Amino acid sequence: MSVKYESQLREPLVYGKKTYHDVTEDIIRPIEAKPSKLWYIGFFISVALLMFGVFSVYREVTYGIGQWNLNKTIGWGWDITNFVWWVGIGHAGTLISAILLLFRQGWRTGVNRAAEAMTIFAVMCAGQFPIFHMGRVWMAFFVLPYPNTRGPLWVNFNSPLLWDVFAISTYFTVSLLFWYSGLLPDFATVRDRAKTKLRKHLYGIAAFGWTGSTKHWQRHESLSLVLAGLSTPLVLSVHTIVSFDFATSVVPGWHTTIFPPYFVAGAVFSGFAMTQTLLLVVRKVFGLHDYITLGHVEAMNKIIVLTGSIVGIAYLTELFMGWYSQSKYEGYTFWYSRANLFSPYGWSYWGMMACNVLSPQIFWSRKMRRNLFVTFFMSILVNIGMWFERFVIIVTSVYRDYLPSSWSVYYSPSIWEIGFYMGTFGLFFTCFFLFAKYFPVIAVAEIKYVLKVSGESYKEDMTPIEVQQADEFAHAHAH
Amino acid sequence: MAKKKFVVGCFDDEAVLFPAVKKVRTAGYKIQDVYTPFPVHGLDHALGMRETSIHTAGFIYGITGTTTALSCISWIFTKDWPLDIGGKPHFALPAWIPIMFELTVLFAAVGMVLTFCYLCQLAPFVKKHHFHARATDDLFVMVIECTDKTNSSDLEAFLSNAGAVEVKTEIAEDGWWIGRYDKDEMPFETQTALA
Repeated sequence: MSVKYESQLREPLVYGKKTYHDVTEDIIRPIEAKPSKLWYIGFFISVALLMFGVFSVYREVTYGIGQWNLNKTIGWGWDITNFVWWVGIGHAGTLISAILLLFRQGWRTGVNRAAEAMTIFAVMCAGQFPIFHMGRVWMAFFVLPYPNTRGPLWVNFNSPLLWDVFAISTYFTVSLLFWYSGLLPDFATVRDRAKTKLRKHLYGIAAFGWTGSTKHWQRHESLSLVLAGLSTPLVLSVHTIVSFDFATSVVPGWHTTIFPPYFVAGAVFSGFAMTQTLLLVVRKVFGLHDYITLGHVEAMNKIIVLTGSIVGIAYLTELFMGWYSQSKYEGYTFWYSRANLFSPYGWSYWGMMACNVLSPQIFWSRKMRRNLFVTFFMSILVNIGMWFERFVIIVTSVYRDYLPSSWSVYYSPSIWEIGFYMGTFGLFFTCFFLFAKYFPVIAVAEIKYVLKVSGESYKEDMTPIEVQQADEFAHAHAH
Repeated sequence: MAKKKFVVGCFDDEAVLFPAVKKVRTAGYKIQDVYTPFPVHGLDHALGMRETSIHTAGFIYGITGTTTALSCISWIFTKDWPLDIGGKPHFALPAWIPIMFELTVLFAAVGMVLTFCYLCQLAPFVKKHHFHARATDDLFVMVIECTDKTNSSDLEAFLSNAGAVEVKTEIAEDGWWIGRYDKDEMPFETQTALA
């Protein structure tokens, strides 16, 4: 077997002197232990938030959209802001597992499982907003194209809102399948070392009878690779289509061609920030310092500074075009409604600028990229900033439209609008707490796969590639 | 479903496993399977397995998705209910690309996962015989099927020489059955079946 070339200069992905069994132990043990007090506290807070959300949604369904403070020009307020925000967060998981797999980034193995789980939960949260925004939520099935007795009255396939239905549901399904197919071998590991009958039974169901046969692994590898190949354009398409919701309209501030790349970069940006937030906690609580290393944190911070800067360029391009187009309405939206700090919503624009463009620049410094406290703080800040971004795009573009007579009063959300948002936090963290407790939070099999190539103790034993002769190296890797 | 006799050799290092696979195959034994805790690259070739063509299936599912989207939407918008949207053409292909793409990916992904589960016979409640519980932890478990001519004790010794850390002979079901993992009984088990 040819060993993949790994430079000694490259940081190990797994620290410590580990055997395959140690890897299993370290990652599976938290599942088998009783949940800690901290877990219970976190879980119950999440469930409480979820209940508040359920009540807010109950109010909205019973009394109608009037429970929210939407008004004449602001038909999309917090709800669509939150939708776009959650979908954006849902982009990191598949990016990590798919695009980084295709680019052969070894460090993805430590973080992909949790990031994919986060993706799935975030998309679940995102889906709630457009569904409940329909008002008559019991009619939600009208978005599905099926031969019906109403004509048949079909959905409008030319509408970006319908593309969204397809994009989000496909994204959810494919992410779920990708995540679960990766989980099968790890569930089998949990099953085969289970001490209690109930655990053996339940994980036995979850593992689908996985044995680890070579043929199965061969198919599994092929499946993962193709799913990664499919998910890569899918990730890019989802937020592109979300941006079409805005870009295909003729509203100043929305009607721009840079929206697709700008939205995708922003989505990756916020997704990685949320991944950092969650993984730093998981790493601390489960003591997984050897697997989620500073190298992983640094790699993600590099992506944050890259995508944050792309987003920054997009903001500046928009401002430039607002002036360069010499369109009265574009200029008004960008230079008055947004960039003017003293306009009604100017605070949100500058909050966005500060959180998304200025603050991530701190990560040009290696020391800051490797500082856990700074990373955690920044990850929260970036997500606040990205929420502001969507708020800025949605609200500042529509609060004053072409007719001054319909200019709206100042929009601030009602308690039920806020409650709905809080409720999705509850849903997200309830799911994440359950995942962290009952699922292997790191892909065990994948860590074992890279262990002998990128594990610290194994790297020490390798001959440094730098002292190898060129022909020696070529010989070893020709096979 | 048939019960067969197997000789099992467990290895704890893939660097030992590869030469052992070669030796066993050269000696003429038929390797039923090697169970590994993670995908060992090159092992499928060492065992003489052919490449999987699951990706070809994926391609077929994918184009099925594209065709489904294109044919349904074009039929709906040009034949069944031609809706006048601002006087734009009924056959608005560029506007359908997003949905065609999404259905391509959806069909390919769902189809491939179902095919994968079918080929590997994986489903909830399916139970298979495990030759070693540590095969999903840290052991590479080589399973050799015995024929009438096989002398199992010779083979065990052969495997030990090749570097196996643990060898044993087992009579096992080579298929799958519906069962519970917390119960150890096998529905096909008979007390007499010994070869």
